[in-house]
Amino acid sequence: MLFDAACRLFEEGAGKECRLAAEQGEFPEALWVKLADAGFLHPSVPEELGGVGGDALDEFAILRAAGRHAVPGPLADTMLAGWLAAACGVKVPEGPLAVAPVNFTDRLRLHKAAGNYKLEGEARRVAWASAAREVLLVAETGDGGSALVRLEPGGIRRAREANMAGEPRETLAFRNFSLGASLVTKVEVADLRERLLQRGAAMRAALMAGALEGVLARAVTYAGERVQFGRAIGKFQAVQQELAKLAGQTAAALTAAEGAYGAISRGGDSLAAIAVAKARVGEAAGIGAAIGHQVHGAMGFTHEHDLHFLTRRLWSWRDEFGNEARWQIVLGRAAARAGGEGLWPMVSAI
Amino acid sequence: MYQGLNFEAVSLPPGAEAFRAEVKSFIHEHLAGMKPVARADSWNGFSAEFSRKLGARGWIGMTWPKKYGGAERSALERYVLLEELLAAGAPVGAHWIADRQSGPLLLRFGTEAQRAEFLPRIARGELYMCIGMSEPDSGSDLAAVRTRAVRSNEGWRVNGRKLWTSYAHRCHGMILFCRTGAKEEDRHGGMSQFLVDLDWPGITIRPILNIAGEHHFNEIIFEDVLVPFDRLVGQEGQGWAQVMNELAFERSGPERFLSAFALFQELVRALGPEPGERAEAAIGRLVAHLATLRRMSISVAGQLQAGRTPDVEAALVKDLGTGFEQELPEVARLLLESEPFAGSADGFAAALAQTMYYAPSFTLRGGTREILRGIIARGLGLR
Ligand SMILES: Cc1cc2nc3c(=O)[nH]c(=O)nc-3n(C[C@H](O)[C@H](O)[C@H](O)COP(=O)(O)OP(=O)(O)OC[C@H]3O[C@@H](n4cnc5c(N)ncnc54)[C@H](O)[C@@H]3O)c2cc1C
Repeated sequence: MLFDAACRLFEEGAGKECRLAAEQGEFPEALWVKLADAGFLHPSVPEELGGVGGDALDEFAILRAAGRHAVPGPLADTMLAGWLAAACGVKVPEGPLAVAPVNFTDRLRLHKAAGNYKLEGEARRVAWASAAREVLLVAETGDGGSALVRLEPGGIRRAREANMAGEPRETLAFRNFSLGASLVTKVEVADLRERLLQRGAAMRAALMAGALEGVLARAVTYAGERVQFGRAIGKFQAVQQELAKLAGQTAAALTAAEGAYGAISRGGDSLAAIAVAKARVGEAAGIGAAIGHQVHGAMGFTHEHDLHFLTRRLWSWRDEFGNEARWQIVLGRAAARAGGEGLWPMVSAI
Repeated sequence: MYQGLNFEAVSLPPGAEAFRAEVKSFIHEHLAGMKPVARADSWNGFSAEFSRKLGARGWIGMTWPKKYGGAERSALERYVLLEELLAAGAPVGAHWIADRQSGPLLLRFGTEAQRAEFLPRIARGELYMCIGMSEPDSGSDLAAVRTRAVRSNEGWRVNGRKLWTSYAHRCHGMILFCRTGAKEEDRHGGMSQFLVDLDWPGITIRPILNIAGEHHFNEIIFEDVLVPFDRLVGQEGQGWAQVMNELAFERSGPERFLSAFALFQELVRALGPEPGERAEAAIGRLVAHLATLRRMSISVAGQLQAGRTPDVEAALVKDLGTGFEQELPEVARLLLESEPFAGSADGFAAALAQTMYYAPSFTLRGGTREILRGIIARGLGLR
């Protein structure tokens, strides 16, 4: 199974040193070579566009494993860029990639100007932009279409930030930014930006579901090892009940995230299934991280212990590509429009 | 990774949507105009008339062999039927237990004669069954039951008390769980199950009103009740194992997250098509939970169909599902200013009250939340 193979690779290739170094700004080169060799970067992109030609569910398996092992580096982001390129019929560029915009408020606009193009706007919190060989941007063209713009990060004005897990997040600013026509691919899709955000949300849901699995595994192991009052704390019913709750949240998260990828894999409209996943998994992330820490006591609150690699990612990822409220509103609006009679048909069609 | 976390994706079989349409039109034909407060009764609603109509369609015991009155349909088709009935608030309480639990128990452990006698009547929607497990001193601790059957020349003599028996006053039979062995045996040994007719001499059924003032459950007293030998279900002394087998079926169905659906529907209806972002986020959250629970429950149905016993998964679905059902009225009441009143002409206020009355029972009946979490913890290897 792909998930197991990915877990094995990550266990060997993405250890603690690698994660810590990545947080200090060092790109995980050795790991990256392994990921690329294993075909993990673009699992569901067609072969003729530079991918492996697999199913969207392969993407789910790899991201779930990556979340579970808190894999450092722009794996999901490169995958998302690959999806975007393929969606525009463009061959996927080599190497680590970044995408923008990655949130619902940022928009980039592209105008024609004397044979060339001008790009305007700001994209905030773009993942791993400086480390990317190329940044793939979606811009609106004003004529109801969209454009894919490919830039090298060096020429872009960047302001460096990070998320709570120390993963680089950068603001890219474009003021009267000139670019040649060779960097632009126009597409007839008006909602390309929305579809990018949806796919990004599905990816974060898959990562979070995996991270929750990781938290559960660690918490159960720790509860079996840590002894207080003469027995393993996992023998106390209060601790067992919390771990059972964590198992429930984890199972719900895995089910919801896999459901999103099932819908993507079947084709057709996957918006509702993705919204369910990001909203439900995001909620589970908060509850799960809290239980994971409670069970680990003070030890889990130390930088020394590994738990934070997972929990800091959970706290970050749930707010990326739209938080729970954002996606709940998408679902709630559809439910309200469906009305009392239409509610069940809507839910049972997701 | 752990026992109990397998929720592999299961898709409904081809033809499921055509069957769904058939069920919907049946519901439309027979239940149009049902009041929200009645729909909020969900699987507590009791209508022999409706059960017989379902039976006539072949929709009770629909997975059972044809020779016992079944329709040999798949568990996943049955799943579609159940969720459509529950979402419509159909009054399925009369046959619910017989269809879900007693029938499958007889199929698995009953004698040929028992199957031939009882299953066709259950499938026609004519024979209703209740569950005789709980007792005054035996709730979560089912192994503490005291009701005892003693072998005599004519048959088994039963003495004891059963408590909280839902609809005993309207059912024909009970699957009685009681002690047949000596006390000294191991806690789970010496238990057996019997199929008891509730009109036999020596059985007294007393109503117990619930917090809504409704007569739903009962106390049942057994005084020297003679149970013929041929009413032992399965093997003497194997009652515990048999009951544990029932529970995966009891716990994972869509009734564990759709009990409060009528309220959700009334909420959405009352909020209208443009309720504003705060309400949209709140109902969208409920949709996300519901859609996820549904996937999990379908996965368990698929595993049961494949002959597995996903009992930890079932406990997990029930724990999450009943938590969701209980939360629903708490969310709903803050979105619409309205005072809950079961007698209200306003559908929302009535459904809100009815759901709130029953909400505490969601995490008690069929295994309390704490007991379920204990089962999950065992699946995690902690116990
Ligand atoms: C509406 C309704 C319908 C019912 N219908 C039926 C029926 O038809 N047939 C039937 O046989 N029974 C029926 N029951 C009974 C139901 O199965 C019991 O209520 C249930 O098993 C719990 O038992 P109890 O009520 O005695 O609570 P108790 O077991 O006394 O539990 C009380 C509290 O203590 C907790 N607790 C108990 N033991 C432990 C433990 N070891 N660890 C942690 N916490 C613990 C429980 O979780 C609960 O919170 C029904 C109950 C209700 C509410």
